[in-house]
Amino acid sequence: MRIELEKRPRVSLLFSVLSPLLALVLTLVFGAIMFWLLGKSPLNALYVYFVEPLLEVWSLHELAIKAAPLILIGVGLAVCYRSNNWNIGAEGQFTIGAIAGSILPVLYPQWHSWIILPLMLVMGMAGGALYAGIPALLKTRFNTNEILTSLMLVYIAQLFLDWLVRGPWRDPQGYNFPQTKSFQVEAVLPEMLASGRAHWAFVFAIVAAVALWFMMRFMLKGFEVSVLGQSERAGRFAGFSARRMVWFAMLLSGALAGLAGISEVSGSIGHVQPSISPGYGFTAIIVAFLGRLNPLGIVASGLVLALTYLGGEAAQLSIGISDKVSRVFQGLLLFFVLSCDTLIHYRIKLVFSDVRTVEAKG
Amino acid sequence: MFEAILLTVITASTPLVIAALGELVTERAGVLNLGVEGMMIMGAVCAFATAQLTGSPYLGLLGGVFGGAAFSLLFGFLTLTLVANQVATGLALTILGLGLSGQIGESFVGKPGIKLQPIAIPLLSDIPFVGRVLFAQDLTFYLSMALVFGIGWFLFKSRAGLKLRAIGDSHASAHALGINVIRTRYLAVMFGGACAGLAGAQLSLVYTPQWVENMSAGRGWIALALVVFASWRPWRVLAGGYLFGAVTIGQLHAQAFGIGVPSQLLSALPYAATIVVLIIISHNRRTTLINTPASLGKPFVPDR
Repeated sequence: MRIELEKRPRVSLLFSVLSPLLALVLTLVFGAIMFWLLGKSPLNALYVYFVEPLLEVWSLHELAIKAAPLILIGVGLAVCYRSNNWNIGAEGQFTIGAIAGSILPVLYPQWHSWIILPLMLVMGMAGGALYAGIPALLKTRFNTNEILTSLMLVYIAQLFLDWLVRGPWRDPQGYNFPQTKSFQVEAVLPEMLASGRAHWAFVFAIVAAVALWFMMRFMLKGFEVSVLGQSERAGRFAGFSARRMVWFAMLLSGALAGLAGISEVSGSIGHVQPSISPGYGFTAIIVAFLGRLNPLGIVASGLVLALTYLGGEAAQLSIGISDKVSRVFQGLLLFFVLSCDTLIHYRIKLVFSDVRTVEAKG
Repeated sequence: MFEAILLTVITASTPLVIAALGELVTERAGVLNLGVEGMMIMGAVCAFATAQLTGSPYLGLLGGVFGGAAFSLLFGFLTLTLVANQVATGLALTILGLGLSGQIGESFVGKPGIKLQPIAIPLLSDIPFVGRVLFAQDLTFYLSMALVFGIGWFLFKSRAGLKLRAIGDSHASAHALGINVIRTRYLAVMFGGACAGLAGAQLSLVYTPQWVENMSAGRGWIALALVVFASWRPWRVLAGGYLFGAVTIGQLHAQAFGIGVPSQLLSALPYAATIVVLIIISHNRRTTLINTPASLGKPFVPDR
């Protein structure tokens, strides 16, 4: 038996919509098998994992908290990937954004003014953008592969954060815990609704998603992104500069990752500590692809991936499954998304006998 | 003292060399597999688990090789059969590998590992200094050296290697000549996976004989950078691998001496060195273009 691909005469609209859903279903089926192998009741486990977190108000708030950074980073990455620039160091830009945004509350804890929060957000975005600017500079100046450089910078950013909170930024009254002082009230991102913990980062995420959707759909810049991403040569004929696009895509995705970073530190954690992200920067890559690199699709996929984090925590508490299962789920999901995307461009045929060999011999 | 440092440099360099050599063959066939980190960590956990269950580190090594190769098949199926985007699929392989290995290895955390013992080659290992450094190593070191020679010969002196390079440079021409592009690429991907698995096995059986989550710590990515650094030549992989090994060990010793620099800064050195090396090697656009396999990362659907 062989698998043959036959190019569709045109892109299948049906499968453009169906493929992410198909991928989700396949992931759930594989997840059920995995739970069964671990000796748990598959249905009960899936219920705890994917349904229970949606039933209570507080856990919906948690969902919004976890989805916000994923969506913010994911929409930036989507534009980046659409333009054929492969920034995979969002985790590092998230970290540097968090650090840059935290400079004010850490160094000026006595400063009580409303202006501090907007300044923090701007500085966070600037920090993330600058950090993403390094691979952009290296790519445009030295032709260096941005995949490798942006990833190496993740490790460096995490070590820098580690040094900061164990060294110069450590709270002297913190019982030797490696963390800074808690931020002053004015430096904490306020809650969105009175009913729970979810803060404004989720609003930022939705605004960013809609704005980028609008840009990709209706603005010349969006067209430029798509054209240069599909064919640099075609873009040059249209007068677009691939070099400038590297800068645009990297700075944009870096700024959004930085915003996610400072929002997370200011809204969810309240101080800076060595570990500020459960891998949001990497999970956002999955979010971007599951949303088919479409900013509105990414809002949906960000919520789905946030659910895997929440479900992981819930499953660990109630049925004793390790939260590492979440990473497996996320990895599987990306695999299925990528394989289902084949259906959009190709018909898949199973060939049971090798007809051509017979013909050749005859 | 010097001898001891040299020995640790070799142990730190070996996994980088092995993984990079595997990826080199894969990329020479025109396939860009960014999942080295994932295959490496799967190799590490499979090797550790096999060694624990059977009590034999050699079976463990074999387990790592098979684990890495089997895991790479997933990448092969997606990118070669289903022509999915190679960059994205490679990332998926890494993400899944890190998750899956954590899940598999959970029951092995904190267990004492089984170390692969060195094999002293009779007579040769009696040579002063050189003998103890080069001929009293464990099997993975000898394998890494054999791979450098073997791959160098295969790629540039054998007929099969010529075909493999032809596929990497122009899959359409190779296909027209009747070479089975997809099958060769599957084999190349699996070879890369097996090497990454072996490199991972070295980590969990030799370098630090225990299982720690994420113990590959970016080495798979450094191996990818090494392939670019080596401009797709096995000998240069060896040189680059040892350069990185030396940087890694150098910073560890500097930390031990406490030279007044934050330890985090020193730990960042291997990653920073990767970036610097990439800049040096890629700034000349023309030489990069000449050396890069021309079909690298491009999808191929055979016409019928």
